[in-house]
Amino acid sequence: MAKKPVQFTLNGSEKATFVEEGQNLLDVLRRGVGDLTPKYGCAQGTCGACTVLIDGEPHLSCLTLAETVEGRSVATVAGLENGAALHPLQEAFMRNFAAQCGYCTPGMLMAAKALLERNPRPTREEVVEAISGNICRCTGYEAIIAAILEAAGSGSAASKGRG
Amino acid sequence: MARHRGKGFACINYPIGMNLGGDPSQALVHSNPDGKFMVALSSIDLGQGMKSVTRQIAAETLGVPVEDVYVETADSDTGPHCMGSFASRGTHRVGNAVIQASLEARAVMLEAAAEELEVNAEDLVTDGKGNIHVRGAPSRSITTAEASGAAQFKQGKTVSGRGIFLIPLSEVDPDTGEMTPVSCFAHAALIAEVDVDDETGEVAIVEINSAYEVGRALNPKLIEQQLVGGAWMGTSHALWETTEPYYPSREHGPVDFNEYVMPGPGDIAPHNIAVLERPAPDGPYGGKGPGEMCANPVLPAIANAVYNAVGVRVDELPITPEKILRGILANGGAKPQARR
Repeated sequence: MAKKPVQFTLNGSEKATFVEEGQNLLDVLRRGVGDLTPKYGCAQGTCGACTVLIDGEPHLSCLTLAETVEGRSVATVAGLENGAALHPLQEAFMRNFAAQCGYCTPGMLMAAKALLERNPRPTREEVVEAISGNICRCTGYEAIIAAILEAAGSGSAASKGRG
Repeated sequence: MARHRGKGFACINYPIGMNLGGDPSQALVHSNPDGKFMVALSSIDLGQGMKSVTRQIAAETLGVPVEDVYVETADSDTGPHCMGSFASRGTHRVGNAVIQASLEARAVMLEAAAEELEVNAEDLVTDGKGNIHVRGAPSRSITTAEASGAAQFKQGKTVSGRGIFLIPLSEVDPDTGEMTPVSCFAHAALIAEVDVDDETGEVAIVEINSAYEVGRALNPKLIEQQLVGGAWMGTSHALWETTEPYYPSREHGPVDFNEYVMPGPGDIAPHNIAVLERPAPDGPYGGKGPGEMCANPVLPAIANAVYNAVGVRVDELPITPEKILRGILANGGAKPQARR
């Protein structure tokens, strides 16, 4: 099968790679351009571990055809920190012990970032709704909800991060 | 048709670790030339905090700052033997092995310091901030890094220690069957409050109140995290999760997360926890293990709460809406029990 060239922005950096027809974005991110932060969970869009932002909107990268990000902007957890400074959401996740095994954390962070970008002061119900597509098996969700609300309270979570 | 509120109670004794042919774990501790300590384990940190807790235990025992201790759990080929991270055994078994290894390493570190300071090692104490000094004379001191450096570059000593903790195989008395399979128990009591809809059979958790006795809480935040997350898992086992909904038939067995349902962030309820500290005599600094027990009391408490709410006794997990509705039908309607 012929490979197609695809160019997109990943966390503010230009990326050019070849993708196979039908190859999903998660695979291209992890194996094509070496960004291992989106996690491979169920590969059918039911766990949320692979959530990335495309032009600021949360998408399940396992269900996204890689060629559809041509010319678009993709953001992953790898772009959240700024040098040694963690993103306010990452800081809040740490302070609230919002991760145990950590496998769901990248997806949770990106779902939360998308929420705070469109709604900087969400209610608890809005936070719950925003992460309802992301499965966590360790924390019982409470710490994650608390972390997102805390980051929203700091007021700077939405604007930080590259891409 | 109505929603019925019910309350259920459960309490548990939870055995720490297991005993099938003996239950050992080992630890190796050594100092690098810069005075930082490495703890080598084969006990895996699944996110429950194995590395954090063993790091604390090593730092406390060695008498050095916690930031001077690193824990490596690379793999079971290169690390010392460990039975594994299961049966809530990590803190108790591995923690004790880390204490033993750290004590041996500490003794060499103090010998090296004594040689440099020209005093007896028995007269030396650590301040936990990276210094070793003569008891009662803080000015006669050497840093732990200098002591480790001197040991390795001047004295030719390895600042290292070996540790093992073993709960030996318990012999069974052939006449009475008596044995001692477990040396250490943790305890918990939990009250679950639920709403049961007698039209749909759905159960909503309203509130959970619990008390856990976990020995000394070596890392209170990690314990709280375990207890909150574990109660979620217990709730999920009680009401949602199963691979065999019609066991032994494979009919309607779930094949993915669309069908293998679990409570989401919108299904959780407030959980108030009291942690009671009763240090275990044979635990590392009194610690037990909050592992599996954090899920266990939730299941019977919810089963009792459902019975209290609608009078249906479901004795096979999970307590699905279908089982509740069949029970209500068999009873000729919801039969709320006395409020507690």
